[in-house]
Amino acid sequence: MEENFLSLDDILLSHERLPIRTEITFPRLGFLEKSSDTQDIAEGTKMELPLWLSKALYERKRRVLSVELPKVYREGWRTVFNADPNVVDLHKMGPYYYSLGSQMLHFDSPENPDIAQTLLQTFIGRFRRTMDSSQNAYNEDTSALVERLDCLEKGLFRSGQSGLNGFQSWEKGQATQLTASSLVLNYRKRKITDIQS
Amino acid sequence: MFCEKAIELIRELQRMSDGQLPAFNEDGLRQVLQEMEALYEQNQSDVNEAKSEGRAELIPSIKLRHCCLLRNQRCIRPSLRIRALRWEYGSVLPPNIRFHMCAEELQWFGQYKKSLASFMRSLGGEEGLDITQDMKPPKSLYIEVRCLKDHGEFEIDDGTVILLKKNSQHFLPRWKCEQLIRQGVLEHVVS
Repeated sequence: MEENFLSLDDILLSHERLPIRTEITFPRLGFLEKSSDTQDIAEGTKMELPLWLSKALYERKRRVLSVELPKVYREGWRTVFNADPNVVDLHKMGPYYYSLGSQMLHFDSPENPDIAQTLLQTFIGRFRRTMDSSQNAYNEDTSALVERLDCLEKGLFRSGQSGLNGFQSWEKGQATQLTASSLVLNYRKRKITDIQS
Repeated sequence: MFCEKAIELIRELQRMSDGQLPAFNEDGLRQVLQEMEALYEQNQSDVNEAKSEGRAELIPSIKLRHCCLLRNQRCIRPSLRIRALRWEYGSVLPPNIRFHMCAEELQWFGQYKKSLASFMRSLGGEEGLDITQDMKPPKSLYIEVRCLKDHGEFEIDDGTVILLKKNSQHFLPRWKCEQLIRQGVLEHVVS
C-alpha cells in the first residue's frame, strides 16, 4: 500500500520508530546511535529508526538492515486480534495500526501472510460496529465511541457522520442553503473565544 | 535523528487542521533548511572522497543522508498548507490569512490561482466554467441574503449598485453572492 505523498497523516505515520538491526556499516554516522560513542554505526547494531528511513534504506536483494516486527504485529498479539478484534483499544496500540501494518509488509518478513490476514480480519471484525455507531449517533458527544479506534477507523467514522448529517440536513430542506466556509466559521469561533478570555 | 524539526512543523499543521492556518514558522523552516544544507555538504564531500579514493563503503551513509534530504523536502512543501484556501476563500485571501503566509507561499498561491483559472477557461466551450461556483445544487436564480457585516458598495450585472450594510436584506442573483456567502459577509436566508 503506497503512501500519499501529500497527506499529513501519512507523513506522521511514517515517523513511527521501528527496531532494526544494521547489516552493514554506516561510516561517520555514529552520532545517530545514542548508546555508543563510536564514529561509525557498526554492522550488527541494534537501534531504532523511523519508518520512512527504514523503508528508504531497505533493499530486497542486498542486506542493508533487517527490521523487527513491532509487538502489535507479532504472533502473541495476532492471536488476541484473531480471537476477538473488538476488545482491543487500537488507539493505544499505536494509533496507526492498519497503515503501519500495511507498511510493515514492505520488509519481506516470513510472517507477512499472517500479518496481512490478521490486519484484514481485524478490520472486518471491527468495521460493523464503527459503521453502525457512525450512522446512529446524531447530534451527540461521540468521544466514547471513537476513543478506541485507530486513525483509519476514525476517518471512516467521520465520513459516516458527515453522510448522516448531510442526509439529515437534506431532510430538513437545508441542503440548498449556501453557507460560509468552515474555515471562516472556525476563525470566527476562535475570535469570539479569544475576546471572551 | 535527522528531520525532527521538519516533523515538528507537520505536527503544528496537524493541530490546526480544522482550517485555521498557523502563523508561518520562519524559524522552524530556517532550521530545517540549515539541516538540509549541512546534510548536502557532508554528502558532497563524501561523494568526492568515495569517487577519488574508491571508498565505496561510504555509500550507505550517503544514501541515508540523501533520504533525510528528501524527507525534509517533503515536509516543508507549501502546498500542504495552502491549496485548500483557494477553494474556501475565493481568489482574494482575507488579510488575516495573508498575514500568516510568507512571500514564497503567496507566490505559489498566485500561480495556483492562475492554473485553476486557465483550467476553468478550458472547460465548457467559449466562456469556460467556474467550478468554484454552485457548490450546492441551486434551486433558484435569485436568493434572499442578509448582510452580516458592512461591506460597502456592491455592483450587480445590470449596473445597479447595492450598499451592503450590516443587517440589510437583499434579493440578489445567486452567482454574484456565492463568494460573499462563503466568506461570511452575507448569509443566505431560507424561509
